[in-house]
Amino acid sequence: MAVAEVTEAVPTAPLRSNRRRVVRRILHNPLALTGLAVLAIAVILAVFANWLAPHEPTQTHLDRAFAPPGTAGYLLGTDDLGRDVLSRIMFGLRASLHVGVLAVAFSLVVGVPLGLIAGYFRTVDALISRLTDLVLAFPFLILAVGLAAIRGASLGNAAIAIGIAQIPGMIRIVRSETLRIKSLDFVAAAIVEGASDAWVLGRHIFPNAGSAIIVQATVGIPAAILGEAVLSFLGLGIQPPAPSLGTMLADAQQFASRAPWAAVMPGVAIMLLTLAFNIVGDSLRDALDPKASRR
Amino acid sequence: MRRYLLNRLWQSAVTLVLATIVVFAGVRALPGDPALALAGEDRDPESLRAIREQYGLDQSWLVQFWQFVSHAARGDLGQSIRTGTSVRSMIVSALPVTIELSVLAILIASVIGVGTGVIAAVRRGRPAEWAANALALLGLSVPHFWLGLMAILYLSVALGLFPASGFVPFFTNPVANLHHLILPALILGTGLSAVIMRQTRSSMLDALSADYIRTAEAKGLSPKAVVGKHALRNSLIVVVTIVGLQLGALISGAVVTERIFALPGFGKLTVDAVFQRDYPVIQAVVLVTATAYIVINLLVDLLYSVIDPRIRVRGEA
Repeated sequence: MAVAEVTEAVPTAPLRSNRRRVVRRILHNPLALTGLAVLAIAVILAVFANWLAPHEPTQTHLDRAFAPPGTAGYLLGTDDLGRDVLSRIMFGLRASLHVGVLAVAFSLVVGVPLGLIAGYFRTVDALISRLTDLVLAFPFLILAVGLAAIRGASLGNAAIAIGIAQIPGMIRIVRSETLRIKSLDFVAAAIVEGASDAWVLGRHIFPNAGSAIIVQATVGIPAAILGEAVLSFLGLGIQPPAPSLGTMLADAQQFASRAPWAAVMPGVAIMLLTLAFNIVGDSLRDALDPKASRR
Repeated sequence: MRRYLLNRLWQSAVTLVLATIVVFAGVRALPGDPALALAGEDRDPESLRAIREQYGLDQSWLVQFWQFVSHAARGDLGQSIRTGTSVRSMIVSALPVTIELSVLAILIASVIGVGTGVIAAVRRGRPAEWAANALALLGLSVPHFWLGLMAILYLSVALGLFPASGFVPFFTNPVANLHHLILPALILGTGLSAVIMRQTRSSMLDALSADYIRTAEAKGLSPKAVVGKHALRNSLIVVVTIVGLQLGALISGAVVTERIFALPGFGKLTVDAVFQRDYPVIQAVVLVTATAYIVINLLVDLLYSVIDPRIRVRGEA
């Protein structure tokens, strides 16, 4: 059983030391720490919006319409209906994160198994490649347009459209990782030893493709958040009066010269959120890349 | 090369057929009777029967599909249920706006992306690299439709530098045409230029550490000549690759940009059609976009294999 011991030891040992090295690299990178801190704040604001928000996000105060930022009780000002911009941003962040996580989860659930299968079994590779080409032929906005036309515009449908659009990328990453790992000696050894396909895929290939999958997911979330903002801005995503950063911008467009803060603040919120995700994603990729120290 | 070409053509054809089936099935997945959807507000039984006949909705789905394909192949995409105009003429008048906007955006993004990418690679570890990297990260993270709003608010409305909306055809007045399109194109190109910058930087860094560069330097070529030659050669491949990969994002971005700047292009046609539940237009727009995507990607791949011989070899293996 010497071979089995080798196959057990090779994939796990470097992974464990790898994890420690990754954490150390991220903790020593001030930019990554800033990104993580911004993300933590955003998540706290979004999750505890019910308690933290100074006002109800949909409550109108018509006598306080167009209050500039800094007005007592309205830190970031109010919009045309006197709704508190800060409270709406907090609930908007919740919607953004919700769609971001939902869409990426969807692309993971569909994309990872398909990517593993495409990379491992040559016979179905061509079929799956044609299917990814097919999905790619419908740009995400066109997909969302189609879904909105068929099923109506909503948060769930926006997440599905964005998730579908992210599946091809996920399949490609997982497929190429599978192809790479499959050609490594310890996998060949396991196959020679008579390990079943399911065992090789689940025990050897999937865990070793993990870091690539994590990086892809981290990159997918900000893309999904931007996608949700675009869809809601166009009226194809979250429907008013439910607060979303995209619908806030669409509303603010009507009175942007009168109350520029209502158009500036939600955009800054989206940018900070996606920037933080992108910084963390980049740092994670650099930390996971063994060649990164060269760069 | 020939085998690669045939293989690639075959793949595109299969994808195109599948895409057509998806669009066809999509309209039939609409809740309720498709004839009702296609008729819009018009519930007159007479016109419903006419629509059923026109689209062959009383026939088997195989016959329907054949009719759909043969009509589309002849350029007959039906009529708008809102205006009654032929969908084909709507698309023909909207498409040039979007194509011009996209080409301008690609040009601007290439100049900015390649320029900053080369600077970042050459000035490694200096403030210039740091600034270029920060800019790229910002370009990837900023919602470009919001950037568009800000540009209208501060550059167009407050400073009056650019028109805030509208469009003038190129052949009517080329100067006014560019004046109207330059800001939307710049906004649409932000994300693209960030991606091009990053890719240019990393491929330049790879190239600069390659043996043949050391040979060129050892031979006494000036750094400018070395970088210049490689920047030009590599950047072409980078731009073509990125445009191929980012085509979907570019099409989606164009839709939003047109919406913000009120440009009468393909994107505006698309969004308006959804809100007016103009199903023949939606169906046509989705089909045209998918076809365009497949054809452009095929061209990009072929162009890519012409520029970079390695792809050809790999494609044949």
